Amino acid sequence: MTEHKPRAWRNALAVLAALVVGWQILHAVVGEVALRSPWETVAYTAKLFASRDFWPNFDETMTAFAAALAIAVATGLAIGMLLGFSRLAGEVFEPVLVALYSIPKVTLYPIVLLAFGLGMQAKIAFGAIHGIIPIALFTINAVRNVRPILIKTGRVMKLTTWEMVWQVLFPAAIPEIFTGLRIGFSLTLIGTLLGEMFASQRGLGYMLMNGIGLHNVDVIMSVTFMLVVFAAVISSALLAIDRVLHGRA
Amino acid sequence: MNRALVLRVLALAAAVAVLEALCRVGVIDRFTMQPPSRIAVDLWSILATGKFNAAILKTLTNAGIAFALAVSVGIAAGVAIHGLKALREGLDPLFATYYAIPVLAFYPLLIILFGLGDAPQILIGFMLGVVAVIVNTLNGLDRVPRVLLKAARIGRLTPVEVATQVTLPYAVPYVLTGVKFAVSYAFIGIIGSEFVMSRGGMGFEIAFAYNNLDNATMYPLIVLILAVTISANLMIARWEKALLARRGLA
Repeated sequence: MTEHKPRAWRNALAVLAALVVGWQILHAVVGEVALRSPWETVAYTAKLFASRDFWPNFDETMTAFAAALAIAVATGLAIGMLLGFSRLAGEVFEPVLVALYSIPKVTLYPIVLLAFGLGMQAKIAFGAIHGIIPIALFTINAVRNVRPILIKTGRVMKLTTWEMVWQVLFPAAIPEIFTGLRIGFSLTLIGTLLGEMFASQRGLGYMLMNGIGLHNVDVIMSVTFMLVVFAAVISSALLAIDRVLHGRA
Repeated sequence: MNRALVLRVLALAAAVAVLEALCRVGVIDRFTMQPPSRIAVDLWSILATGKFNAAILKTLTNAGIAFALAVSVGIAAGVAIHGLKALREGLDPLFATYYAIPVLAFYPLLIILFGLGDAPQILIGFMLGVVAVIVNTLNGLDRVPRVLLKAARIGRLTPVEVATQVTLPYAVPYVLTGVKFAVSYAFIGIIGSEFVMSRGGMGFEIAFAYNNLDNATMYPLIVLILAVTISANLMIARWEKALLARRGLA
């Protein structure tokens, strides 16, 4: 492991460098009309950070995302625990969840808008529906794969359902559940942003759409860049924790 | 198992019935949603009159092309990356992050490059789906038992033969997981970009109907897309299950 780590870092850095070089070359080929160079993008991002108009949009997106993630995690875990623990309920509803997971959720956006109206609620709902199902599916599998002896021991000790969930199932299933949370994080973020892109008056997704409408390449590139960096940093951290959790077992 | 199936059908039927009742009684008003029975009637008349055939054909064709590209390129790239360990280690964090990137944000850039036609939409659908296929192909190839690789070496197969005759056939059930995602992502890419900016297709018609409060068009088209993707997924899942069953794994 100790020998493996520096190499993995080096390889990741090499891919990162290749991405920046590729971006620079693409910029040279395509030209200013469609792309900004990496340096120009970073410079404009810094300028956005310094401007007053940017932060309310940022806050809006982060608030919506945090709410959506909280709903997705709580609902996903609850559904997952329930269906994972009860064999019959799991057999009945898991295929339904799998089918729902596979549908292109953008298609549902007009319905979400009609149900929740234009604004914060619709964004949160749209983010949450992206995250709930993967979290639930991973939790179902995690709970099912808990070694039966642990559950039997819990029964012998006469644990209540609540104690069983919090003291036995959850700790034993945490590595798998965490993988679900990691994926749920990404999908909830993308869901929230998509919600903002299609219909909203504020937020980073709105800034993107507005940039697209006005053909403001600076804004499009900087906001995309910002989102990619944000997603990449948090995903990598979650991935590292994920690996540690799985290695522990 | 059969009891679960019966219960599932009953639960879904009950859900539709409750929805129908809520719509009929007026708890859900008709501007928000039409009763399911009404949607079914509208969908039938849309298909019977052929009013949206051009849009449906356009979207299904584009999604089909994006799907085929994502699967073929994804499998080929998966095999290539699996052979290069250093590249793989570098790409792993990128793959883990990929689905948090709003790929749709690149749509305007693609429109500038390729014009407001089918190409940018297909590219978006492809870009979304290809990574899921790559990741699942890698996962499948990781699981190939060493004994098969040794047997291939004894048979003096070339690397291409090893991939096409040994490792890929073994990995198919895992690759199919990625293929299922590619179906969904192809539609997400096409419909999403049709919502954002387009001159036709089902996503365009849905957005148009939404703006005109035309629920009689919007809901049936949405239901049609869901029906197509769910049936495609069920078919692939059935194949996957048959393959696993043959190996005694399901």
